[in-house]
Amino acid sequence: MKMLTKPDRDLVRPTLDIIKIERRLFLKQSLSLGALTLLSGCDITNADSVKKVLWGMSHWNDRVQAFLFNPNKLAPIFPESAITKPFPFNAYYSENEVPHVDAALYKLKLGGRIQDKASWQLEQLYALPQTSQITRHVCVEGWSAIGKWSGVTFKTFLERVGADLTAKYVGFVCADDYYTSIDMPTALHPQTLLTFKFADEILPAKYGFPMKLRIPTKLGFKNPKHIMAIFVTNTYPGGYWEDQGYNWFSGL
Amino acid sequence: MANQPSSAALSGRKTAIHPLAVRITHWINAIAIIIMILSGWRIYDASPLFNFEFPGEITLGGWLAGALQWHFAAMWLLVLNGLFYVCYGIITGHFKSNFLPLTWQSLWREFKNALRGQISHELGVYNAVQRAAYIGVICMGAVLVLSGLAIWKPVQFQELTELMGGYEGARLVHFIAMALVVFFILVHLTLVALVPRTLWPMFSGRAAGGQEEAK
Repeated sequence: MKMLTKPDRDLVRPTLDIIKIERRLFLKQSLSLGALTLLSGCDITNADSVKKVLWGMSHWNDRVQAFLFNPNKLAPIFPESAITKPFPFNAYYSENEVPHVDAALYKLKLGGRIQDKASWQLEQLYALPQTSQITRHVCVEGWSAIGKWSGVTFKTFLERVGADLTAKYVGFVCADDYYTSIDMPTALHPQTLLTFKFADEILPAKYGFPMKLRIPTKLGFKNPKHIMAIFVTNTYPGGYWEDQGYNWFSGL
Repeated sequence: MANQPSSAALSGRKTAIHPLAVRITHWINAIAIIIMILSGWRIYDASPLFNFEFPGEITLGGWLAGALQWHFAAMWLLVLNGLFYVCYGIITGHFKSNFLPLTWQSLWREFKNALRGQISHELGVYNAVQRAAYIGVICMGAVLVLSGLAIWKPVQFQELTELMGGYEGARLVHFIAMALVVFFILVHLTLVALVPRTLWPMFSGRAAGGQEEAK
């Protein structure tokens, strides 16, 4: 299970806009303590306590969102004509740093509370019942884009491998050192797809070859690309952005 | 509770201008709305709707995740406080006695007077322009919360999002409502600066010295 430990942060060379200077600023001046002091007129001497409250509220919002999540509520579906072209590339690195996974050598690893942990080759995954859907991808930054993804319903896959569907979390480890995790109710949502195609073509590297978990009920960063391993667990696995302060549930 | 303002009014020369509940909710709202606006500007900057960005120094949160944490924490303060205020205003008759009656004729007359610099400064009594502004900003608060919900939950609350003109439409509505609230705040603060004796009653409930209510 070495595969499933957190990737080494030092290997990560972030270049995306939202991470550039802002991340350093965040760590340094934490949460604009000066601004808060100015606002409330209070002398806030302990930045950590402010941070604690904000993280606590984020966890509270996780619970509220889990409560609001209706497993039968479907995300809006769009016609082909509504598809955004070109569909934006988005990651914590720039487009020329996209990982290139070798299709011939690729094996999807499974771990945790799964009965049949045998690895899956691409042909086996392609042979599963496939479905397509056109949905809106909403980025945490605010922009949105409509795309068409095709693949197997994730619930079907989880049932096929004998995953413990009563477990709390499904975690993902990706070829680009990205990692994230989702709640089981969202994993079992009828529109949550393990996708192999984008716009009817095999996923190009920039959109997550060999596979991307498409979750139209969650923000874009909760949709992992280049998935190398999937695990089911009751222990909170966190995520690349989530561990830095982005809300974990991030449901739409 | 319903009689609080009037019983205070009878208690002597120092008439209560703002009931305690209004003062408390006002200041909680002031803190909440400023956090929402400043963190909202940082969130806006992550993907600007228009061809401009808010300078980072006047935003809250330090980076997108920090701003989102502030925004989604302060929203509870804003909404719970706002709901309490609106319920209080309706149940006690505070809205009715302070914001009504309001007619187009009186609004137009007072507006023209205001432009000529002739504003009535009777503490505790709002003129037609003030009444319209307060009703307007309360409505904008409601629009901000509803469009915010539409952006936050475009799947779970998709009917609401549809009502706002879809996801992108809701972002625009949210931005415009924010801009109108910021405009209100600027005018509000300017008027307080021009007539500073209106400030103290928002803390104490009463006019300084009490002589200023003499009609």
